[in-house]
Amino acid sequence: MERLARVAVLAFAAMLALPGLAQSPRSGGELVFPVPSEPPSYDGHREETFGLIHPIAPFYNTLLRIDPNDKSGTKAVPSLAESWTVSSDKLTYTFKLRKGVKFHDGSEMTSKDVKASYDKIIFPPAGVGSSRKGQYADVAAVEAPDAYTVSFRLKEPSASFISSMASPWNFIYKADILAKDPHWYEKNIMGTGPFTFVEHVKGSHIVGKKNPNYWDKGKPYLDGFRAIFIRDSASQVAAIRGERAHIQFRGFSPAERDSIVSTLGKKVTVQESPWDCILMVGMNHEKKPFDDKRVRRALTLALDRNQASKSLSKIAIVKEVAGVQVPGTPYATPPAELAKLAGYWPDIEKSRAESRRLLKEAGVPEGFQFTFTNRGVPMPYEPLGVWLIDQWRRVGLNVQQQVIEPAAYFGTIRKGDAQVFMDFQCGYIVEPDLDMYKFLSSERNPANYGRYKDPVLDALYDKQSRTIDFEERGQIVQQFEKRLLDEEAHYLMTLQWHRIIPHSAKVHGWTITPSHYLNNTLDTVWLSQ
Amino acid sequence: MASYILKRLAAMVPTLLGVAVLIFLLLRVVPGDVVEARYLTQGSQFQSQELMNQERQKLGLDQPLWRQFATWMAGLARLDFGLSMWTSSPISEEIKLRFALSLQLALMASTIATLLAIPLGILAAVKQDTWVDYAVRVFSIAGLATPSFWLGILMILVMLTVFKWMPPVVFTPIWVNPWDNLAQLIWPALAVGYRYSAVGTRMMRSAMLEVLREDYIRTARAKGLRLKLILTRHALKNAILPVLTVISLEFAFLLGGLVVTEQVFNLNGLGMLFVEAISRRDYTLTQALVMLVATVFLLVNLAVDIAYAWLDPRIRYR
Repeated sequence: MERLARVAVLAFAAMLALPGLAQSPRSGGELVFPVPSEPPSYDGHREETFGLIHPIAPFYNTLLRIDPNDKSGTKAVPSLAESWTVSSDKLTYTFKLRKGVKFHDGSEMTSKDVKASYDKIIFPPAGVGSSRKGQYADVAAVEAPDAYTVSFRLKEPSASFISSMASPWNFIYKADILAKDPHWYEKNIMGTGPFTFVEHVKGSHIVGKKNPNYWDKGKPYLDGFRAIFIRDSASQVAAIRGERAHIQFRGFSPAERDSIVSTLGKKVTVQESPWDCILMVGMNHEKKPFDDKRVRRALTLALDRNQASKSLSKIAIVKEVAGVQVPGTPYATPPAELAKLAGYWPDIEKSRAESRRLLKEAGVPEGFQFTFTNRGVPMPYEPLGVWLIDQWRRVGLNVQQQVIEPAAYFGTIRKGDAQVFMDFQCGYIVEPDLDMYKFLSSERNPANYGRYKDPVLDALYDKQSRTIDFEERGQIVQQFEKRLLDEEAHYLMTLQWHRIIPHSAKVHGWTITPSHYLNNTLDTVWLSQ
Repeated sequence: MASYILKRLAAMVPTLLGVAVLIFLLLRVVPGDVVEARYLTQGSQFQSQELMNQERQKLGLDQPLWRQFATWMAGLARLDFGLSMWTSSPISEEIKLRFALSLQLALMASTIATLLAIPLGILAAVKQDTWVDYAVRVFSIAGLATPSFWLGILMILVMLTVFKWMPPVVFTPIWVNPWDNLAQLIWPALAVGYRYSAVGTRMMRSAMLEVLREDYIRTARAKGLRLKLILTRHALKNAILPVLTVISLEFAFLLGGLVVTEQVFNLNGLGMLFVEAISRRDYTLTQALVMLVATVFLLVNLAVDIAYAWLDPRIRYR
């Protein structure tokens, strides 16, 4: 009896242990992934496309990073910095760097390199492009008091500062190289990352191999990776279906997911998440009648977002009903609160009745005709455009769609000729400072194509940006959201994008986040066969 | 003949100049530029007019049009295409990378088209109004009616669903690994070759029918020559001229015009480069590609005219 019990205990222990064993990272293998666009240069500080992040991020590290296991994509954790402290006045952030981190050329990474990299991002020399220096407008100076300490002095307290230090774009470059030629990194790759550069065949692929001297001992698990440039989504799907590639890190549509799952069955794992990208409708405040907030409110009140979430999510890469923050992330407005905003009411009949009343009050006649300018991109612009036009028709508006070719689109709406148009933003970290910057008055942000000025909204933005207390900041974010989407209805949100990654079941150690710019260092990824 | 070729080569200069002026102006009429394509299309929160102006200045887009044109022309005169506005890499490198694939695919597709078109066209003509003729006509009309990219999609689907196999998605030069190279390129070559063979087959059939009714063919038959000899020695040389023109011009077209097929098979060729250059408003690269394709067309035309003289002794150029 005692023997039997012992066997049973051993068997139970083995059962518990086996899954753990099965999940132990395995070294070896080459990860192959399609990338839908190709980087114009290799300089992460300069470029804006995920086509750079996906194949180039594995060659670099950043000071901090977003926790690769955090599904919300908001939690900053150490990377090249092993710890940090904040001064009591919240104006000085001091980062302690890891020792013994080597660049791929064998030289040691020190605070000099971090300072030089951030100086290039925040205070770029003349003729050097820095796409996101606006994110660091609060930084007064970057200092390197000793070889392993970096300090950032701020002009004002910043609630988003730590997140911005985890920006996936902020690769740490070598100071000596930057001093000789600040453009060197546009055409060359040399970082501290888990993989070293092997080759880039333009238009075809980029190959990286394991960095044997990587500072995080035991990582990376992969022998290397191969990023293949495949523009056409059907060809990307075929590559996954035909097992020529393991994963595509941007995302597929529901139909593409189903096609991959139907072919590969148990050989595929599907990860899904709300996506930090959203299409919104901009209304040009310089064009009548969209200068009247009653008309703008009527346009948002006409939309049945709850129904659209159910129907459009079957055919397009959209799903969640959202405000200015990705649902499920720390500063997102809870659904019950969101439902109080214009256009989010659960009773669509009541909402549309109010929409009609407002249009009538504003003097907009039944059958009023306007042009909705949309971008000539099939997914998800096309289905959302059709949906919007149908929704507005239901409150008596007659909308004509004008589709403009993608490359010319934003240049066109930037000029201010469009009446009502589709606008878009994608975040690289879920953070109110980033996600709400778009909506500042046009004099502060030229990307506000609605061309409005709203000092109250601007003040709310600044206030939340300076508020360190989480609860207090959350309340201000909600005030901002209410003013933007309800009271003034400057912009109206469609639906949050929904990120779908069906990948080979052999791929482990990768967690989906709301941003396709995150979690591409590949140090934690491993292949089970 | 030599003076004729020299004259033809000299005549290419004004033609190419016309093409250059046209493409230069057309590109600048289309809204948007490379800077907008780079900095406004990614949904970024931070847009800097200062950065965009700086980039335009760096690329010379702030210069007057005449100066931009003169700079380009001066480069062309030295056979220097300049740098791509998108990647800042030398355009000659960008093209060289893709040229090997496009040339090989064009050669393979043209070979398949020729190997199908000439025998089938002759067979259909010789067996006019028999079941053989009808079968060839159905085959060729089906080829005309089927876009090559659609045939390509079907091929991939069949390979995926029936054979659980997919062609490689990365190009390997034939001298590195012939098997991988052919495993990738044979399918698009078949899809495209079949499409173009259909045009050639119909052309070959009608030209051959016309020739077979000529007096000299009747005379040859009356002399008791065997049909095979009549066809190869007398009829083919005369009937093949229009087919040669069609296949040669298709070859020139294939070098830069296989946009959708390249997309379907993920081929890193000139067609895809063309589309990307246009969609990114990469003026310098688009201009270079247009000039390259125009030059290839002109040279192929010249080669066809020379081949005419070789095939038909009645044709003499002065």
